[in-house]
Amino acid sequence: MTAERIVFILTAIFLLASALKVVTSRMLMHAALWLVAALFGVAVLFAMLQASFLAVAQVVVYIGAIAILFIFTDMLTRKDLRDQGQQTRSNWWLPALLGLLLLVGLSSIILGIPGVDRTFTALPEGFDPVRSLGIALVSPDAYVLPFEVASVLLLAALVGAVYLAGVFKKD
Amino acid sequence: MSVPLSWYLFLAAALFCIGLYGVLARKNAIAMLLAVELMLNAVNINLVAFWRYLRPVQMSGQVFAVIVIAVAAAEVAVGLALIISVFRRRKTVMADEIDLMKW
Repeated sequence: MTAERIVFILTAIFLLASALKVVTSRMLMHAALWLVAALFGVAVLFAMLQASFLAVAQVVVYIGAIAILFIFTDMLTRKDLRDQGQQTRSNWWLPALLGLLLLVGLSSIILGIPGVDRTFTALPEGFDPVRSLGIALVSPDAYVLPFEVASVLLLAALVGAVYLAGVFKKD
Repeated sequence: MSVPLSWYLFLAAALFCIGLYGVLARKNAIAMLLAVELMLNAVNINLVAFWRYLRPVQMSGQVFAVIVIAVAAAEVAVGLALIISVFRRRKTVMADEIDLMKW
């Protein structure tokens, strides 16, 4: 049992416990704050996988922007933040059963992948993942077109969000 | 010995299933979007794990994960704007009470 495995197991327990609290918390505000914890756990996993840019982007974009949007929307759509009563459907056991079945199915698929027990080798000497990612995102031979399409999509979505949520008075 | 690839895949599968349960079982529309975020993060863990274990020199996995993050941000912005707009008209965010096409 190496240090890396211990860190992974601790992160996994933290991540799954936070995720369970996200879907089971009665109060939506608590669920949103548990989502912040779960997203942070994912950022730790990215750091362990040496995807340093994604680890930072996870904290900045997900925790800094998306989770805050959730908290604001939660506050904008109610007068009393304390949720009362049942927060799940009466037949909640059906989704739970479906989730468990999916987990069993996915596990059997994962166990069938050849070479799934491999561990990763060190990165090649002088290879910088952040630099390569930056080049791949702007190089015409690589992914500049999907990257630009994603930017336009994000811009259009944000303009659309302002239009949908805003109040425009005609005068 | 570092962590085997299968551990990441199992963790991502469990996270995805928790998210699926949340989307299907919760009544509040905002809580359903929270669970969708969990599912998107499970996918991202898989993408980055496959990048690191299989083809670390090609950046496809990480680029895909970046695009997933951007699309998730767009989805959340539009989804929450729709929820605020519905709340303004119907004074509720519970998915089972939003049952009319036109009001």
